[in-house]
Amino acid sequence: MTSKTIKVDYLTRVEGEGSLFLRIDKDKVTEARLNIFEPPRFFEAFLRGRSASEAPDITSRICGICPVAYQMSAIHAMERAARIRIEGPLRDLRRLLYCGEWIESHALHIFMLHAPDFLGFDDAIAMAREHPDIVQTGLSIKKAGNSIVECLGGREVHPINIRLGGFYRVPQISELEALRDTLKRARDDMERVIDWISKLPFPDVSRDYEFVSLRHPDEYPMNEGQIVSNKGLEIDVSAFDDTFEEEHVPHSTALHAIIKGRGAYFVGPMARFNLNFAQLSPLASEAAKRTGLSEGCTNPFKSILVRAIEVLFAFEEALRIISIYERPEAAHVEIDPADATGWAATEAPRGLLYHHYKIDPQGRIETARIIPPTSQNQKIIEDDLKTVAQHFIGLSDDELKWRCEQTIRNYDPCISCAAHFLTLNIDRASEGL
Amino acid sequence: MSAVPNRKLAVWKFASCDGCQLSLLNCEDELLQVAAAIDIAYFPEASRAMRGGPYNLSLVEGSITTKADAERIKTVRAQSQWLVTIGACATAGGIQALRNGRDVREFASIVYAKPDYIDTLETSTPIADHVSVDFELRGCPINKKQLLEVISAFLAGRRPAIATHSVCLECKARNAVCVMTAKDEPCLGPVTQAGCGAICPAYGRGCYGCFGPMEQPNTGALSKKWQALGAKPRQIHDAFRSFNAEAPAFRAEANLYDE
Repeated sequence: MTSKTIKVDYLTRVEGEGSLFLRIDKDKVTEARLNIFEPPRFFEAFLRGRSASEAPDITSRICGICPVAYQMSAIHAMERAARIRIEGPLRDLRRLLYCGEWIESHALHIFMLHAPDFLGFDDAIAMAREHPDIVQTGLSIKKAGNSIVECLGGREVHPINIRLGGFYRVPQISELEALRDTLKRARDDMERVIDWISKLPFPDVSRDYEFVSLRHPDEYPMNEGQIVSNKGLEIDVSAFDDTFEEEHVPHSTALHAIIKGRGAYFVGPMARFNLNFAQLSPLASEAAKRTGLSEGCTNPFKSILVRAIEVLFAFEEALRIISIYERPEAAHVEIDPADATGWAATEAPRGLLYHHYKIDPQGRIETARIIPPTSQNQKIIEDDLKTVAQHFIGLSDDELKWRCEQTIRNYDPCISCAAHFLTLNIDRASEGL
Repeated sequence: MSAVPNRKLAVWKFASCDGCQLSLLNCEDELLQVAAAIDIAYFPEASRAMRGGPYNLSLVEGSITTKADAERIKTVRAQSQWLVTIGACATAGGIQALRNGRDVREFASIVYAKPDYIDTLETSTPIADHVSVDFELRGCPINKKQLLEVISAFLAGRRPAIATHSVCLECKARNAVCVMTAKDEPCLGPVTQAGCGAICPAYGRGCYGCFGPMEQPNTGALSKKWQALGAKPRQIHDAFRSFNAEAPAFRAEANLYDE
């Protein structure tokens, strides 16, 4: 026997449908492929002709895990088209809403999807039999994030209260005050559980990455900023199309994004953390240092810890916003983009999410382009798979398979978003086996 | 949480956003109790275990948009004692049904450089167009409390208690001011099935139809009311052509306003 393939036909604990294929030739990994077979849904096509004002509600349906991210990128793109900037309490409330989504999405991934990999459990329910308080704490942290989304958005999945120019209704101070105790308790729980997460067995793997995220002079990035990288990229969002390009490959219904002339890049919590470390809140920054994380973390398995730091940050930021909130008189500013082009990138829980719209003179969408974080990370994931599989080549097929799944889950990939996207097959061609 | 419960639950995904199955994981207070009451045997978004069928209860999210999925749903049906569809994609084809009646090849070419790589059907259709369905739970997304009711009802061997009246009754129940009478705001509430808790009117906006048509909706009367409020035909058309576009009552009404 000279060659071997290892396959995972249906990747689990990720959002959406994909598979993994690995070919191993004489103890050398020759091919690693992340296949995406999530059926495409053609959002960019049927957005054409719809009113610009419908973009936030329609694009939120791309993803049930991070609908707020789609709403945020859509409204900022439309506001840019209308040349209007939203400031003050409305801007703060958007940031508060994003904090809620980061918390619920990260907590889902940390406690239910990713932690079980490190400890060898099939799922969080099995993990709960041996670590009941961790799983219950994780669920209550997630619930606290959802309580923000529900309060500001009306409901947890596909919030209804977000519109161009602001909100349909802004909360009373008392409604936000009512969240405060829950958020403080969850913040304290998160701080405690970070120490547990920091002791998980992290495989010792790291690579040289180009990290890409937003950067803002005054804050940890969410809705606004320049697009920057650790390798000298620094552009306005308007230069996105000139800087990045998408490739369509046969094994995926998700398009692969690259930096023109440079290749693969890495978006998401690790990119944000490495590029914006100085902007973290005091407790988050302190927890990062305490757990041995520093700027320039290049071990993708530590993404679980970085996510935890971001959750802690999001709690502190949410509490800060609540403490300074003054209810604006108007819940929104009138915005009717017409005969204009607008674009925006915001930081979805999984990384940079780019929207670009051309609006006709009647205020209808002429063209739409949406580039989700997972399609930007696909190439990096495949490169990681090669490195990790090679590093653990001595493991049995079953163990190697699991390690590869964990490698993919490092990115919390959202395949529903990317399909526009996952199955593991390992192909081993080895005389030694 | 000691003994594994003897009845088995499966959660399946077809073309969708994952939001409805996420609703089960969003039951943060009840999830471990649910797992104690029914063996969550197949739920790939949450577990790598993937235990085989047959299953006593299958929850199906998403619509049928590929040949392979049209075959896969039959194998799901064959392994399931009870099959419940969850959400607007599974019950009405979802927002992706906006492709129906359009040129899907052109759609693919708008999104993909090499549309030939894309395997897709001309239409996005609800699960019930392909196999028999025991219960349909509406919503875009579903309401997690209604999902718990469906699971509880199944475990107790009774029909789920899910109301089929309009959103208007939910507005009354929560003392929400009618946005159509008070603000002249077009609202789909009078023809849309309850279930969300009338959140849009409670937040000062008109209902936009996430739960699909109520039982025997008077869509014609509502469209006339919208016109009286100044709505243009295109606006009425688009309002009915969204997340439940292919639900028959909404589709028929939208067709009357097709330009």
